[in-house]
Amino acid sequence: MAWVMGASFFGSFGALFLKIGAGKIQKSIASLLTNWRLMLGIAFYLFSSVLFVFGVRKGELSVLYPMVALGSVWTLLWSKLILGEPLTRPKLVALGMILCGMTLIGLGAR
Amino acid sequence: MSIGSVSSSVSGHDQAQQRRSFLLVVCCTIIGAAAQVLIKKGASALGANPTMLQTSLAMVLTPALFAGYSMYGISTILLVLALRHGQLSLLYPVFAMTYVWVTILSVVVFHESMNPYKVAGIVAIVAGIAVLGREQPA
Repeated sequence: MAWVMGASFFGSFGALFLKIGAGKIQKSIASLLTNWRLMLGIAFYLFSSVLFVFGVRKGELSVLYPMVALGSVWTLLWSKLILGEPLTRPKLVALGMILCGMTLIGLGAR
Repeated sequence: MSIGSVSSSVSGHDQAQQRRSFLLVVCCTIIGAAAQVLIKKGASALGANPTMLQTSLAMVLTPALFAGYSMYGISTILLVLALRHGQLSLLYPVFAMTYVWVTILSVVVFHESMNPYKVAGIVAIVAGIAVLGREQPA
């Protein structure tokens, strides 16, 4: 469970840096490779995938799936705090529905 | 086209781009789900208690795992393209759609059973993502 929770946490950082890096993309390979934000985002993503593989092999899916969905909670938090995106009611409602849905699918997977 | 607040300058162009980004992320989830099914197939090749190193090696050496992670790579590239336009807080939660596809694919590929919990979960996630899809950037 800790593995997947870690995966969701690092995955959300991955998404954050991919977003920041994506805004700085220019049409040259060199600039792509020196885009450290993008590279850091990819590194976080890779790390998160490895943690996820570990977690999924051991844990109960009914617990793991909601943990995965927590990644969205982190990401919304960073979007608000770091990117300054508005945290609107529909976003929160959608997040709630997605969390419920993930929990249900997890329960169904038992 | 509606403009939510006075300070926003949402043009039809921005909305079209947000929509395209949204659809691109949905594509990511389909590729990501296929990747996960491949990874699940490949993961059975690992021993009972693989180390971090063994897992990393298997990611390259097991065909199903390699294909799965390659597809993850492709979906990550698509994600980056999608993120160039549009809000992260609107696009990232769409990733939950992956698990809708995984659940459906698992029934087809691994002959796992469908049950009311899974159906309710799929409905809730799709509805949640529909809410996000309707939400326009401000």
